[in-house]
Amino acid sequence: MQIHQTENSPLIKASTSSHTILEKSDLSPQVKQIRVYAPEIAEKAKAGQFVILRICDECERIPLTLVEWDSEQGSITLIFQEVGLTTKKLGNMEVGDTILNIAGPLGNPSIIRNYGLAAVISGGVGTAAAYPIAKALKDAGNTTVSIVGARNQSLLILEQELRDVVDEFCISTDDGSKGHKGFVSDVLKSLIAKKYAFDIVYAIGPPIMMKAISEITRPYGIKTVVSLNPLMVDGMGMCGACRVSIGGQTKFACIDGPEFDAHEANFEELIKRLRVYPPEEKIAVDFHEKHKGGTCKCRR
Amino acid sequence: MQEIMTGDNTKLGRLHAVIMEKLSSKYRTNTFGEVALGYTEEQAVREARRCLSCQNPQCVKGCPVGVEIPAFIKLVKERKYFDAIQKVKEKNSLPAICGRVCPQETQCQKLCALGRKGESVSIGRLERFVADLEVERPVRVPYRAKSTNMRVAVVGAGPAGLTVAAELAKKGHHVTVFEALHVAGGVLVYGIPEFRLPKKIVQAEVDYIKKLGVEVCTDALVGKLFTVEELLNSGFDAVFIGTGAGLPTFLGIPGENLNGVYSANEFLIRINLMKAYRFPLFDTPIKVGKRVVVIGGGNVAIDSARCALRMGAEHVCIVYRRSRDEIPARHEELLNAEEEGITCRFLAAPTKFIGNENGQVESIELIAMELGEPDESGRRKPVPVKGSETVLDVDTVIVAIGRTPNPLIQSVTPGLKTTDRGTLMADKDTGKTSLNGVYTGGDIMTGEATVISAMGSGKNAAKAIHKYLMSKKRHRQVITVSRTHHQSIR
Repeated sequence: MQIHQTENSPLIKASTSSHTILEKSDLSPQVKQIRVYAPEIAEKAKAGQFVILRICDECERIPLTLVEWDSEQGSITLIFQEVGLTTKKLGNMEVGDTILNIAGPLGNPSIIRNYGLAAVISGGVGTAAAYPIAKALKDAGNTTVSIVGARNQSLLILEQELRDVVDEFCISTDDGSKGHKGFVSDVLKSLIAKKYAFDIVYAIGPPIMMKAISEITRPYGIKTVVSLNPLMVDGMGMCGACRVSIGGQTKFACIDGPEFDAHEANFEELIKRLRVYPPEEKIAVDFHEKHKGGTCKCRR
Repeated sequence: MQEIMTGDNTKLGRLHAVIMEKLSSKYRTNTFGEVALGYTEEQAVREARRCLSCQNPQCVKGCPVGVEIPAFIKLVKERKYFDAIQKVKEKNSLPAICGRVCPQETQCQKLCALGRKGESVSIGRLERFVADLEVERPVRVPYRAKSTNMRVAVVGAGPAGLTVAAELAKKGHHVTVFEALHVAGGVLVYGIPEFRLPKKIVQAEVDYIKKLGVEVCTDALVGKLFTVEELLNSGFDAVFIGTGAGLPTFLGIPGENLNGVYSANEFLIRINLMKAYRFPLFDTPIKVGKRVVVIGGGNVAIDSARCALRMGAEHVCIVYRRSRDEIPARHEELLNAEEEGITCRFLAAPTKFIGNENGQVESIELIAMELGEPDESGRRKPVPVKGSETVLDVDTVIVAIGRTPNPLIQSVTPGLKTTDRGTLMADKDTGKTSLNGVYTGGDIMTGEATVISAMGSGKNAAKAIHKYLMSKKRHRQVITVSRTHHQSIR
């Protein structure tokens, strides 16, 4: 939240442009974690919700899942993979730098209750979003199994944090550098074969992985929830960029989701809709690198 | 290339309005610069002199906020521009905006006495002239009443919310505006394009409102960050909800989720709010193909079409299901669009979008319509003509068929009643909702309408809120006094 006057009003804790980066760490070569001052959001955040941030005046608005929040310290923790221009810019920021805008908490919280036996399956940077859900499910009394996947060992994140909160922890890597060699879906299959009677499955990661999990649980009728990650601009229901098809109906991931019934979701459409802007992403990154992030004098 | 179109201003006399200069149609399609250039001082004075200063001015009756039009025009005649703008601002806190985007031809100017025989006085252009003079100079802050120590939370920094904030601040109340986006202005910044309403004008008007002492909190989505209940329980004495009609309507036909199909909201938000027209200087991209079809006939459709043209589209076609006579957009803007080379296809509606294997839209199937009996809006209802389907090749489609209220606040505020259209149930004169101390105005109350009607309802709500706050204050003082009295007796 950003405030444009000094007067102290009720409910407002932050002072002007207060979203300072308090801590920063590298979780893997491309995945970074930051803890940012955002007291109002920290007070309200719930598992499954996200924020939309904008670093500077020329920057995009991007959604990032809330990973942790601490209302006493007034901070929120975000994890991101440096894939596009904004995440690269974010990765270049240091402790003490401020993020211009953070709006949140957005989206509906996960529906957390005691289901019984829960699996939380995640792939890549999706593990960041899965962690608070696994923690909340465990706190609600579920026996919780976590299955984490990554391309290789160096890309695994939050391993210890998850181990600390769940009852059973499994790893799979595409190249076999740690844990099972293959995909998280293989691990889920084998657990089901071992008579794990899951009451709920959460799957968060690349759409192709969420689709695979959804196909495994479908024949067993296991309630499966996915957190969808379409493109977003405002994140508040205004633009419709994030529209997804759920059971043949158009829904907005930002206000109707981001969590949906996996067996109703149209993953093919989501995958296609995510392919719109990569060429422009590349133009933006190249332009930014060529012009030293806009600090050179040539362009204005 | 001729950059400016001047028009023939040689026809003197009362019956002809002074024509406003604008960028030439060829030049302007390459820029997002403002099309209408405004009056010069001499043009403004000449236009002001046409005003008959009627004893019983009809124009004022056509203004939703009741600007004393003949009085401010008289001051322009006398070249007292500063007094003129103060006169306007007594009733209208956003004159530079209204002078540009109000549909004057259906409001004040429609009722002008001169309009019966010739052209009405160009009230909007005169309003813009005096407002722009002030934008260029340091703003004088008007008289503000002594602080009442009463606090008001305004939800949404669009035309309605900003009006309420300004009106209540002038009365001495402490106003905090909560805006969900990163910048104040609502539809004025995310919807209306730069070439029709420069963002620096909006910024200047918002700065003026801040100078009145109004606090603006951006990135604050009420309903998620704070609830209305929390606002009322934490020291705000009243809440105004002006969250607008921000939810895009889709057609609900096959292929609507193909890539290349945008809601007008997304298209305009990327371009206006995120400045995608300056990509890659600004980071947010947008894809606009060579052939663009815009569905809809309102101002939003026209704005989208004109933006598409400026983004490099070669053919832009507006598809509207009724005929030219029923088109809800401002006539002046439709003419501007046609001047720029945008074509219109009337009496046609899309039935489906057809895409390729990558999920990219490639064509659109249209069906011809004919006008049947008038519907509840009084306009003749379009009826599809069987077997008249045709296919049109397209690269980009923009769906601009209207917006509905954002449902968030209603869904998290117990006791706040809504209508079956999703708008807030409220007294139409005061904006009082079903909750005590909670008022509303603008599109969230009326459904999608104009900037000025939102301001009008905001103004009414401000009056009602002021009354409510003053009675609450008196009540509070009575309680305090009786308590002190009680204690002294003890």
